[in-house]
Amino acid sequence: MNVVLNGEPRELPAEATVADVLALLGAPDRGVAVAIDAEVIPRGEWERAEIREGARLEVVQAVQGG
Amino acid sequence: MMRIAGRDFSSRLILGTGGFRSLEAMARAIEVSGTEMVTVALRRIDPAAQGSIVDVLDRAGVLLLPNTAGCFTARDAVLTARLAREAFETDWIKLEVIGDDRTLLPDAPALLEAAEELVDDGFKVLPYTNDDPILARRLEDVGCVAVMPLGSPIGSGMGLLNPYNLRLIRERAGVPVVLDAGVGTASDAALAMELGCDAVLCASAISRAEDPTTMARAIRLGVEGGRLAYEAGRIPRRRYAEASTTDDGVPDFSPQTEGTNSTQTSTATDTSAPASSTSAPPSASPSGPART
Repeated sequence: MNVVLNGEPRELPAEATVADVLALLGAPDRGVAVAIDAEVIPRGEWERAEIREGARLEVVQAVQGG
Repeated sequence: MMRIAGRDFSSRLILGTGGFRSLEAMARAIEVSGTEMVTVALRRIDPAAQGSIVDVLDRAGVLLLPNTAGCFTARDAVLTARLAREAFETDWIKLEVIGDDRTLLPDAPALLEAAEELVDDGFKVLPYTNDDPILARRLEDVGCVAVMPLGSPIGSGMGLLNPYNLRLIRERAGVPVVLDAGVGTASDAALAMELGCDAVLCASAISRAEDPTTMARAIRLGVEGGRLAYEAGRIPRRRYAEASTTDDGVPDFSPQTEGTNSTQTSTATDTSAPASSTSAPPSASPSGPART
């Protein structure tokens, strides 16, 4: 399925979960958060959160700032 | 001891982690600064990123205060705060809603709107705000746990442009006041504390200094010195000098061989009597009896 991941078009396997996307990105375990179509996905739902065709994913991590 | 949202802090310096040249430099500055809470931000994941800031901050044993830096609307700031809550497992948020790219000054109506929504959602909101006493009061009214007025624009290092407003904010606020933004060097931090601010949040002044570790120490001492001065109660400003040494017993070196020393002394004392030292009330002036 085609999604927009952090602003870039991206093809994901069908039925990919948020956890799959994080693994694909090599995301660290901590300091990471995910929003799909401007809705924050709680950590506890990453394993089962569905991603729909055309979804806009934002995957963020901790950086220096402020 | 400072208390924000029921949590006690012995350090009154909050460190911003932005601008350090490396995580190692950041870690050293955190240690030397004595801070107990540091800010962090969220950005799109970078698979090439080196090292984990979360691990470094974990080892430093500091609390995390995520920010909403880079948000220009209340909606974006609220969403970013919710991301931060998931990422860092904290409901504390340094709320920034910026109105303008050039000044990075807060957008007051959007800030208030976002603050209200986040408080309703259970966040402990620490808003980065203008140095506006009325806005500070409105932020407190909607339930913010502190207010963080700017001294001058973020990263400008211009210090405290409106100490009068900061004092008004402090006088009226029922929550801690944290001077946020504008500190350029240790004296700025000291002045903020002397005005009565409860803490100082400082990033660029330390992280972008030529020697961040030494500046971290300098600003720590500035904060501590300023706080002590505030607690000690400074002397009032006055237009003219006030001698700190008593006028009593000033030796007489005049060339006269006749006449009495007491006349000379008493004249000298009379002249300076109105500005005499605080230890004795005017009626107890040594020259008093001579006049009667």
